[in-house]
Amino acid sequence: MASPQPRIGVVTYPGSQDDRDALWALGALDAEAVPVWHEERELPSLDAVVLPGGFSYGDYLRCGAIARFSPATSAVCAFAEQDGLVLGICNGFQVLCEAGLLPGALLRNESLRFVCRDVPLRVERADTPFTTRCDAGQTLVIPVKHGDGRYVPPPDLDPAQIVFRYRDNPNGSVDDIAGVCNEAGNVLGLMPHPEHAVDPLLGSADGALILASLVEAARDRALAAV
Amino acid sequence: MKATVLVRPKAGILDPQGDAVERALEHLGFAVSGARVGKVVDLEVNADDEAGAREQVERMCEQLLANPLIESYEIELHG
Repeated sequence: MASPQPRIGVVTYPGSQDDRDALWALGALDAEAVPVWHEERELPSLDAVVLPGGFSYGDYLRCGAIARFSPATSAVCAFAEQDGLVLGICNGFQVLCEAGLLPGALLRNESLRFVCRDVPLRVERADTPFTTRCDAGQTLVIPVKHGDGRYVPPPDLDPAQIVFRYRDNPNGSVDDIAGVCNEAGNVLGLMPHPEHAVDPLLGSADGALILASLVEAARDRALAAV
Repeated sequence: MKATVLVRPKAGILDPQGDAVERALEHLGFAVSGARVGKVVDLEVNADDEAGAREQVERMCEQLLANPLIESYEIELHG
């Protein structure tokens, strides 16, 4: 029997802009990518959810502060509380921090400039559902594009929650942190954009290692649910 | 009742905007230090008295207007 295609939702908020790239990348990695509109109060049947990059609600007040109140975000929080896999990319990471699913906050880049370039990342943990295709210590090259990416952790952050670090810190993030997961390990947020790095034609396919790990973990869950 | 909420970056949180403003002021010849940039939210609250208004605005700050990890807030009420 062919292994089933896992269903992975991608939430579109007003102002999301990387939702289509995320849908395309997940499809290219053999998932069934399902668009989820921000007004949906209940998620369709899904094996994982991605919150994409962009500028939800114009980044008003603080990045992610308003998106936290959208009906789809409440549904994503409920999904995460039931051990559902949730990946937040860039603005999606900011939304997850504001919603309290991830620790910390993202502030204006130290340089005050928008940065848009490929950055090398160090994989700190290869044992999360988002990094099983990577090796601990491996360097991935993935683009960042953000003005508000300076990660500030809470004082009590468990270092084991740090999944990615910048090798060349582009934004002044504390301790070079580029991505963190929750204590349970089923929610990950990162500022770099793996969905923009799934085809060598675009300079790097290292992002596919992260997304393929997610697709694989989602597939395992889909199989377990059968 | 009218209220003004002042939201500031917490002490110890790096504020590059404040640093940039400080450097610009120095460029103009002012001797300044410790510049920090925050935000102001003006609003009107429906409340019977000042205590009720303050209690409501405090909840607004905790739930939305400020992020307690990185920002502090101060509430001013005006008649």
